[in-house]
Amino acid sequence: MAGKTLYDKVWDAHVVREEDDGTALLYIDRHFIHEVTSAQAFEGLKLAGRQPWRTQAILGVPDHNVPTTDRSGGIVDPVSRLQVDTLDKNCAEHGIVEFKMNDPRQGIVHVVGPEQGATLPGMTVVCGDSHTSTHGAFGALAFGIGTSEVEHVLATQCLVQKKSKNMRVTVKGVAGAGIEAKDIVLAIIGEIGTAGGTGYTIEFAGEAIRNLSMEGRMTVCNMAIEAGARAGMIGVDDTTIDYVMGRPFAPAPTDRNAARDAWLLLHSDADAHFDKEVVLDAAAIRPQVTWGTSPEMVAVINDVVPNPACESDPVKAAGMEKALAYMDIPAETPVSDICIDKVFIGSCTNSRIEDLRAAAAVIKGRQVADTIKLAMVVPGSGLVKRQAEQEGLDKIFRAAGFEWREPGCSMCLAMNADRLEPGERCASTSNRNFEGRQGQGGRTHLVSPAMAAAAALAGHFVDAREY
Amino acid sequence: MQKFTVVDGLVMPMDRPNVDTDAIVPKQYLKSIKRSGFGPILFDDWRYLDPGEADMVTAHRRPNPEFILNFPRYAGAEILIARENFGCGSSREHAVWALDDYGFRAVIAPSFGDIFYNNSFKNGFLPIRLPAEDVDVFFRECEPQEGYRLVVDLAEQTVTTPRGQAMRFEIDPFRKHCLLNGLDDIELTLQHADTIREYEGRRRKQAPWLFRG
Ligand code: SF4
Repeated sequence: MAGKTLYDKVWDAHVVREEDDGTALLYIDRHFIHEVTSAQAFEGLKLAGRQPWRTQAILGVPDHNVPTTDRSGGIVDPVSRLQVDTLDKNCAEHGIVEFKMNDPRQGIVHVVGPEQGATLPGMTVVCGDSHTSTHGAFGALAFGIGTSEVEHVLATQCLVQKKSKNMRVTVKGVAGAGIEAKDIVLAIIGEIGTAGGTGYTIEFAGEAIRNLSMEGRMTVCNMAIEAGARAGMIGVDDTTIDYVMGRPFAPAPTDRNAARDAWLLLHSDADAHFDKEVVLDAAAIRPQVTWGTSPEMVAVINDVVPNPACESDPVKAAGMEKALAYMDIPAETPVSDICIDKVFIGSCTNSRIEDLRAAAAVIKGRQVADTIKLAMVVPGSGLVKRQAEQEGLDKIFRAAGFEWREPGCSMCLAMNADRLEPGERCASTSNRNFEGRQGQGGRTHLVSPAMAAAAALAGHFVDAREY
Repeated sequence: MQKFTVVDGLVMPMDRPNVDTDAIVPKQYLKSIKRSGFGPILFDDWRYLDPGEADMVTAHRRPNPEFILNFPRYAGAEILIARENFGCGSSREHAVWALDDYGFRAVIAPSFGDIFYNNSFKNGFLPIRLPAEDVDVFFRECEPQEGYRLVVDLAEQTVTTPRGQAMRFEIDPFRKHCLLNGLDDIELTLQHADTIREYEGRRRKQAPWLFRG
């Protein structure tokens, strides 16, 4: 019998029962909730007269709607406030642990969970949010769910699931100096496309992935969903275990040895079968910049934006034309000629301490270009913010002309006051460049933290490795 | 949950790939704590010339006459045909709620965002995967033929064109069963509560760290 993939192992360990057609009832170990996708689920639960199955499995944190400016006066927008209040109320009513808006541990749910050790290797992790794939960096099976599924997990601690296929993306060799996890994952998406991973769980493997820190691995798994895969995973090694142990929700000292032994088995067997294999050469990866309205529309810094006329698939060519029109970029424009108005360093993709360090290293002692209307850093959590301040990074950013904000999703999706105005162009470390994502009519270019920092200094895209 | 059996419906084409959930329901409407009332803001950014705000008074807004949903010939459409990767992006179930509330009952595309696909079934809304060539047939026939309809028969797993050409689609038997009968899957799962408890008991011994507060 062929060996098992990492995904097979975690899946098998969580099957409560299985129907003849392969539909399984899958047990969920960790359930993260935030304010946007949980209210209707709690309401549904109440209407049906049901109780949450296991509240200790849940951790709540408001992140999408919270202001990133001074919070002492609460949330001004009444609609946002009601949503956050509703989360507070639901958590209080059921005794669910919540890091409220003014708690120092508050932040983006996908930053907070791992930071607290609430995401552990081998777990099944869900959240009503597509970027739950982030947590797969720990060898967990983590994926986003809709509100009805949130309600299902609340009520039963399980989900009805069909197993997906196995894909492995191997990034072999060593990435060049100055190439970040974001560049690697954008290169992967450019290669397989935004629907390339649909129906699969992607395991990221290879030397270049192994060499990444946990922060970098989270960046890669975060964007698995942009490649169409609901979940991305990376096998467990010492880097994983060293990161996890000792955090507040991590195993008690008496369980540590047993946990470590179990976790070290969480990797694909040598003879495991993958339904699809993709291999990239790390040494060939250059700094990436998206030019369109889908993460697969990506180019390298010293290249030009493609020409739809050269695309043979008519549906694809039409999509490219629409994207270029929306982005207001002529075909074949050199990427480095694209000038920007705003810079956003943040989001669950790139707001961890290592991301802020990478951006600060570029910025140190320099100034944001005069043409930039706003450059902002939004740390992923209160604890990231505090750490960065202890390292003096906030001073570097502020001295250069960046705003230093409170933690949350912020301009990644512009549900709070942070947004692009129509026509504005942004260098963003987030994960989606969809039309209107950062504000109606706004134009988003996805880049790594170092590339965003360098663009802030130059006013247009430049190769961050030259800074 | 509403049942889905047979729908004989007017077709509206959405001729672009990667229609994401941000386009289906923009973020400002996600502040709502309700499940209903999203129909009027379906495809909001494309559909109206003026920007939409969270409090949703759509009556005074200016529809974009160039957006297909506003073409009189597609008023009352129940079946959406779309290109690759429809519903990609965020997990927001609001996307399905909006399509359903507007009056759509099914969407046909070569591929879907996984979460959107799952969310659909929870709302009695049917996402149908068919090969790109089949979907292309619908696009070609629909454009010149006003009042173009398709018949979706879930029990038979077919989509039939006005000329009688039937295309067969695949669907999980379990999902099909739930949709045909309008079953609440939480209720179904709770029938196995004892099995879930047994599983939990076993795991608690094997891996106690998973059950820490
Ligand atoms: S930072 Fe952006 S992508 Fe991440 S959870 Fe928040 S809104 Fe979603």
